[in-house]
Amino acid sequence: MRELTYVEAIREGLNQAMAADPRVFLIGEDVGVYGGAFGASAGLHQQYGAGRVVDTPISEAGIAGACVGAALTGMRPVGEIQFMDFITISMEQLVLQAAKIRYMFGGKATVPMVLRTPGGSGTGAAAQHSESLENWFVHIPGLKVVMPSTPYDAKGLLLAAIDDDNPVIFVEHKLLYKTKGPVPEEPYRLPLGQTDVKRVGKHLTVVATSIMVPRALQAAEQLAAEGIELEVVDPRTLSPLDEGPIVQSVIKTGRLMVVHEAHKNGGFGGEIVGRVAESEAFDYLEAPVKRLCGLDVPIPYNRTLEAAAVPQVADIVREARALVK
Amino acid sequence: MATRTKNTATANRQPRATASAVRTAAIPTEWGQTGAIERLRKMMVIRAFEEKAEELFSLGRVHGTMHLSIGQEASAVGAASALREGDYLLNTHRGHGHCLAWFGSEVQLMMAEFMGKETGYCRGRGGSMHIANVDANNLGANGIVAGGLPISVGVGLSIKQRGTDQVCLTVFGDGGANTGAFHEALNMASIWQLPVVYLCENNQYAMSMPMKKAFNIPRVADRALGYGIPGVTVDGNDIVAVYRAMQDAVARARAGEGPTLVESVTYRWRGHSKSDKQAYRTRDEVKEWQAQDPIRRFGRVLKLAEAEFDAHRAWADQRINEAVTFSEASAEPKIEQILEGIYA
Repeated sequence: MRELTYVEAIREGLNQAMAADPRVFLIGEDVGVYGGAFGASAGLHQQYGAGRVVDTPISEAGIAGACVGAALTGMRPVGEIQFMDFITISMEQLVLQAAKIRYMFGGKATVPMVLRTPGGSGTGAAAQHSESLENWFVHIPGLKVVMPSTPYDAKGLLLAAIDDDNPVIFVEHKLLYKTKGPVPEEPYRLPLGQTDVKRVGKHLTVVATSIMVPRALQAAEQLAAEGIELEVVDPRTLSPLDEGPIVQSVIKTGRLMVVHEAHKNGGFGGEIVGRVAESEAFDYLEAPVKRLCGLDVPIPYNRTLEAAAVPQVADIVREARALVK
Repeated sequence: MATRTKNTATANRQPRATASAVRTAAIPTEWGQTGAIERLRKMMVIRAFEEKAEELFSLGRVHGTMHLSIGQEASAVGAASALREGDYLLNTHRGHGHCLAWFGSEVQLMMAEFMGKETGYCRGRGGSMHIANVDANNLGANGIVAGGLPISVGVGLSIKQRGTDQVCLTVFGDGGANTGAFHEALNMASIWQLPVVYLCENNQYAMSMPMKKAFNIPRVADRALGYGIPGVTVDGNDIVAVYRAMQDAVARARAGEGPTLVESVTYRWRGHSKSDKQAYRTRDEVKEWQAQDPIRRFGRVLKLAEAEFDAHRAWADQRINEAVTFSEASAEPKIEQILEGIYA
């Protein structure tokens, strides 16, 4: 199959959604002629014009609110928040408006919007351009949270998110943008809320999100040489979470490690561990569970410190080995 | 006056509203006597609704809190009069009046929502601060000060992209005009010439913070200059003045000429919410504004005899009592349905 990068897959998904449905439009800072800070919308402005690829002033609350208002009145906006850090400025509109409008109005309104945003560290951009805030949104009923780890998942989940009648926070990763993988040319949808087993194994279940999926797969490759077989499970949608395959995997392997880039304290790993502890898989656990997460520190600038702040392949290998022993 | 922007004719037509300004414009010919009486009754329904809500609260039959707009009815009814069916409304937490003044509104469904009943506009899930009637393009009151302002940008964009000639009325208070959301929204609406009318109901206080202490300019409408849009200040207790200013603003919006900031100067007679001891203002000040009761004022414009005026009010009370009867007979939401309506 043809290969695309992650960012190309997203761009193709946006393009196909816009071509198929006049209600879909893009809005965000520098999404037009500039093509988006990471190039996700490159060329779309030329193709669809400024009316459907809307460049905004530096107004993150305005961008989020514009998505809410347009969605409430029959459009299917796709907003972009240039760095996930800046979504802190959109929180009121996302948490208090987008998420709650349907419920507060007695189920009589829909807010079909997608807000795309790149998270994660590894670019040397330090503490205000490297956040992984996905769990803030997981905590809020009414929002859906999607975190694709491959080009294939990115396109399929994006098209499904745009089709969805709910507000969806679509978290991309800056370091994944240039990664390549097979992507079908035609439009396709991957249902939101469907966990994917990325590698089958029998010794340890590794639940990983976003950039940690390829890192866990690399770790699995190394450990396979030692006879340790990791099962790498990618939730893909953090909310709603499809916990069944995770529970089944832990029942099979008897061991669980969660790997994510976001800080450990209050992170999504706690949710995964909690769900497993509440499930029938609890009785099958043969070792304490492990959360391998970002340190509880603002992302430092220094290259070595930055890398040390979040799990790397060697960390996953080391911790997995220790857990299986 | 130095900061008047475009459309200065409209701006200058209206005197700066103060407690002593009692000039009232003549009844618009397009209303006629019948239309004018209808609007008087609408203001009375709003007044009666809020007085009843207050009474039910003190009796413990309505819980939570509420933000009463008693004294501000002319602003709500005057504004809605300038719009037409199919237009959009984004409302504030002090928005009972706008909700009742909006197209197709049914007072019994509002009362039922107050009483938390399944028959209420929001099935009892929203209450006073979140009443919406999406079928009638009433996109809801908002518990967050200026929460509707960023949303107005999206509604405006949506209207433009769908190519209709709808207009979005966005209501907020003097407090809302000091938020960052106000700035982002008015700027975006202006650069894209969105069909939105921003109605700032300046009722003198953001909870306890007086307008005079929270702004270093005399009028909220002066801020329009910074966005390159017209800013107009009107006497918000004069229903006709509000209507006229809104008419101009709506016409501009509908013609694709962009947003207008209309400041409606008014006063809330009650406290901010149910817990307000009102230590920040004097009784005399309240009385001064009460002497400018927008409903009585309009009654005088209509030259109604006292008995006639009272008969209209009795009609409004009757509507409210029926709404209470309807609401009390309505079912409570079922606990087993608590999770319904979170996701579509």
